[in-house]
Amino acid sequence: MDACINKIRELSFKLLESGEVERVIGFANGTIPMATSPVMIHSKQEVEKLVFNSTCGLNLANYVRNQKGKIAVIAKGCDTRNIVNHIVENQVKRDQLYIIGVPCTGMIDKSKIASLFDDEIIQFSEEGESLTVTSALTEKQLKKQDYLRENCRLCLHRNPVIYDALAADLVPEQTLDNPYPDVKKIEAMDPDTKWRHFQELTQNCIRCYACRNACPLCYCPTCFVDESGPQWVGKGQDTTDVNTFHFLRAFHCGGRCTDCGACVEACPMDINVREFTRKLNKDSFELFGWEAGLDSNKRPPLDVYSPNDPNGFIK
Amino acid sequence: MKFITIDKKDWAKGIEKSRKSYRLFGPVKDKNGFLIKSLEKDMMPDMTGHDSVMSVKSVLFPQSEKMLTTSLDEGQEDHHIMKMVKTDPTPRAVIGIRPYDARAVQLVKLNFDTKEYRDPYWCDAYEATTFIGLGINRPGPFDFSTSAGSGPFAEEGLDVLLADLDDTFLAKVLTDKGEAFTEACGFYNTAGDKESQVLFDVLRKEAEKTIDSTIETDKLKEKTILELHEAPFWDDIAFSCINCGTCTYVCPTCWCFDIQDETKQKSSVRFRNWDTCMSPLFTRHATGHNPRETKVQRVRQRFMHKLKYFLDKYDQGIMCVGCGRCVKSCPVNIDIREVARTMNTYEKQD
Amino acid sequence: MENPYLPYPVRIDDIEIATEDKSLKTFKFVFLNPKDEEKFSYHAGQFAELSIPGVGEIPIGIASSPVEKGFVKFTVFRTGVVTSYLHNMKVGDIMGIRGPLGNWYPWDKLANKNVVIIGGGFAFTTLRSSIIYMLDPANRPRFKNIDVVYGARSPGMLLYGEELYEWEKRDDINMHITVDGTDDPNWKYHKGFVPQIVEQNAPKADEDTYAIICGPPIMIKFTQPALTQLGYKPHQIIMSLENRMKCGIGMCGRCNIGKELVCKDGPVFTLDQINQTPKEY
Repeated sequence: MDACINKIRELSFKLLESGEVERVIGFANGTIPMATSPVMIHSKQEVEKLVFNSTCGLNLANYVRNQKGKIAVIAKGCDTRNIVNHIVENQVKRDQLYIIGVPCTGMIDKSKIASLFDDEIIQFSEEGESLTVTSALTEKQLKKQDYLRENCRLCLHRNPVIYDALAADLVPEQTLDNPYPDVKKIEAMDPDTKWRHFQELTQNCIRCYACRNACPLCYCPTCFVDESGPQWVGKGQDTTDVNTFHFLRAFHCGGRCTDCGACVEACPMDINVREFTRKLNKDSFELFGWEAGLDSNKRPPLDVYSPNDPNGFIK
Repeated sequence: MKFITIDKKDWAKGIEKSRKSYRLFGPVKDKNGFLIKSLEKDMMPDMTGHDSVMSVKSVLFPQSEKMLTTSLDEGQEDHHIMKMVKTDPTPRAVIGIRPYDARAVQLVKLNFDTKEYRDPYWCDAYEATTFIGLGINRPGPFDFSTSAGSGPFAEEGLDVLLADLDDTFLAKVLTDKGEAFTEACGFYNTAGDKESQVLFDVLRKEAEKTIDSTIETDKLKEKTILELHEAPFWDDIAFSCINCGTCTYVCPTCWCFDIQDETKQKSSVRFRNWDTCMSPLFTRHATGHNPRETKVQRVRQRFMHKLKYFLDKYDQGIMCVGCGRCVKSCPVNIDIREVARTMNTYEKQD
Repeated sequence: MENPYLPYPVRIDDIEIATEDKSLKTFKFVFLNPKDEEKFSYHAGQFAELSIPGVGEIPIGIASSPVEKGFVKFTVFRTGVVTSYLHNMKVGDIMGIRGPLGNWYPWDKLANKNVVIIGGGFAFTTLRSSIIYMLDPANRPRFKNIDVVYGARSPGMLLYGEELYEWEKRDDINMHITVDGTDDPNWKYHKGFVPQIVEQNAPKADEDTYAIICGPPIMIKFTQPALTQLGYKPHQIIMSLENRMKCGIGMCGRCNIGKELVCKDGPVFTLDQINQTPKEY
C-alpha cells in the first residue's frame, strides 16, 4: 500500500508541477479512525496529503463533473467504470481528466468491524492484508479478506478499465460462479416475505439522501423527490414515500450502477441500499449481457434500441 | 435535591411500574447501532452508556409531525377552516439520555419558546417530558462535550442524573419532575447527601479527565461575522461535502424544519418535517433565485450558524454540545472540531 | 399564548387584476370572525402568511393600511405553486391568514422627519400601506415633506394606478411617477429608470430626511449609489427584504441572513444593519 501511495504522490507532483493538471482529487487521512476524506489539492506542496488504503470507500467520480480546466483523479476499478459512464452520458470529456488508476483488492466493511467491539474504536492501521484495530478495552488483529464489504467480495472489475497511469500493478480478477447470491436469496422469497424484507430494510431511513448524493450517477439538477410542480413524492416519513424514493432511484440507476458501494458507505443508518440496485444489475446482465461502465462507446440498455432486445413487446 | 440508591435488581420492576403514568423513551439496540425509540411493552432502555446514532430531539420534535387538519368538503360547515392537531398531554420520560443531549434540549428551547411566540407542539411536549440522564463513566473518543458547555456528568436540563455504580444506580434528583418520576417507579431508598455528592464529584472528575477531544472556540466571539464569512478557507472545507442531511439530522441542536401540505380526497393535513440547510432547495425562492445556490455557501452557512450566529445572538455558547455524532456519521469525514479550529485561529490579512 | 401556526379564517371579498399582463392580482380579504380582525392589528411595513389549506403558504407584504378598517388587502405575483393556486381562486372562497408578522417601518423614528419613498415594480405593496397611513389626517401632521418615486416597466404595470394619480394631485405629497418607457402620447409623468429619477428629483439628504426603499434587487443595486450621491448615510436608508420563508415566526430557520431572521428581525432593516451581515438574500 505504501508503494501505491508513493506512486500516487509522485504522479500528482509531476502533473501539478508541469501544469498538465490544475488540481488533483484524491483521498486524505481522516480525523477519526478508519476514515479518509475526499480532498482536492491545488499545488505540488500539498501532495503529501494524498493517501490510499482500504478505508477509501467513497467514489471520487462523484466529484469530477463541472470542473474547470484539466484535473487528475484517483480511481479504483469501480470508480473508473463510473468515469466511463460520465463520458457516455456527456457529463465529462475524456481529455478533461488524467485518471490515476488504482487496482484494488477491496475496501473494508467498517460497520462489520465496529460491531466486533463493545466500545468505540480509537485506532486503526493496516499492513498488507492484516488490520490492527484497537479500542479502549481491547485490540484485535484481523485479516482484511474476512472483512471486505459485500460489493468488494463480489467484485469482478478490481482493475481500472480506463486510466492514464497506474499507481500499482494490476491484480488478478476474481471469477465467480455465482455473482449474485444476495439477489437470488431475495428472488427466492414469496411476495409477502419479500415485501416485509424491503419494509424492514428501509424502516430506519431518515431521508438524508446521503446515498443519493454520494452516488456518481445521481447528478440531476433537481431530483425527482425535490420537484414541486408537480410534487411527485411526499417529504414526510410515510413509508410509501420512503419506499418510493428508494425504489424509483434504483430504477433511475438501472443499467448504470457499478456497485461501487458508496451509497452504503455514506448511509448513517447502515442501510444496505444496494439491495435495490443489485437486482437491476443482475437483470441488465442476464437480459442484455450488459455491465455498466466498461466501454465508453456503448450506451446502457435502457437508453438504446436494439433489434435483438429480448423483451417480447418489441416483436 | 436528594439522592436515591437503586439496586439494579429492582431497576426493571421500577421502570415497568412507571409505565402506569408515563410513556417511556430511551436508547435501544437496533440492527447496527443504538436508536432512541418509544419503549413498547417489555422494552427496556439500554443503560450501558453506548452512544446513539440519532439524538433525543425526536422525542420532542418528531421527524414528521402533524400540525393542522382541514376538511375540504364544501358540504361541511367548517370547510377550509384549519384546526390544530391536539398535542398529547400524557407525561413522557426519556431514560438514559446523555447529559449533552439534555443541554441540547435547553438550547433548542431558545428557538421554540420565545417572548413573542410559543411553538405549542414542541413546548407542550417539553413540558410533558421528564429527562432521566445517565452520567457517562467512560466517554468515547467522539465526546468533546467538556469544551462545548456540557460534560459527562453535567446537570443542565436534566430532572434526574443517574450514576452507574456497577450493582446500583445512584440517582441525583434535581427537580420536582424528577422526584415525581422516581416516586412513580417506587424508588425510595434515599442516600446521604454529602457522601453522594462527593461520589458524583469523583465520578465527574474521572470521566472529564478521559476526554481529550476538544473544540476550540475561545476567539470566535471577538471576530466579526463578516470577516469569518468572507474568509478564504471555506472552499477547502466544503470540497468533500456531498450536501446530504446527515449532520443536521443526527445533530441534537439542529432545529430547522419544512412545512408541507398534503391532501387525500376531501381532507388535508399540514405537517412539518425536519429540513436541512444542506439541501439546495432550502433557500430557493419561487422565482428561482437562490441566495445559497452553491455548495460552499451552504456548508459555510451551517458552520457559521453553529459557531458564530448562534453565539452572537443568544450568548449561551456555541450551538453544539460536543456529542460527536456529526463527526462519526459524516460520509466524508468533515469534522466540526477542525472547522472550529480553522475559524478560531483565522486572522484576516489586510 | 395562541398557536402561531393556526391561521385566522378569511373570505375572499374582492379580486382585482392589478397589472395589464395579469401577473398580479389584488385580493381583498374579510375575517370570518370580527375578533380576529382586532387581533390582526398591524403596522405599515409588516407582512402576513396567506395560507391555503392543502396547498401551502406564502409570505406577502400587507398592501392595505392600518387606517383602512374592515378588510385587508394583498397584491400577489403569480410565480409558484401557491400563488398560481391563489390566482385561480374566486370571490367567496375561504382560506387563512397568519399574522401580522415581522417588524415595520420605524414610524417612531420618522416622526418630524422628511420621508422619501422609493419603489419599483410590484414591491410597492407595503409602500402603499405606508403612504395611506401617512396621508391620513390623523397622522399627516407628524411628518414633514413626503416624496415618492415609483416606477414600473410601463403604465399598465404600475400598481394602484388610480390612487397614484389621485395622490399626484395633492399638495401634501410630491409624487414622481415614472415608467421605463411608453408609447402613450398622453403620458403626463416621467420616463426613465427609478435610479435616474431618484438622482434627478429626490431631495438632498440632511439630518432630518430618511429614505424607504423597496424593490427588486437590481433596482436597489443601482438606486443605492444615487442615494449615496445625494448624501444619504446608511442609517438613513431603510429597506424591506424578502427571503424564502415557511414559518414566518423565526423558528424554522430558513430565512436568515447572518444572525438576523428576515421574518422576525426584519423584513425592515437599515442599510447600516445590512452592511454588517452576509448578503444572502
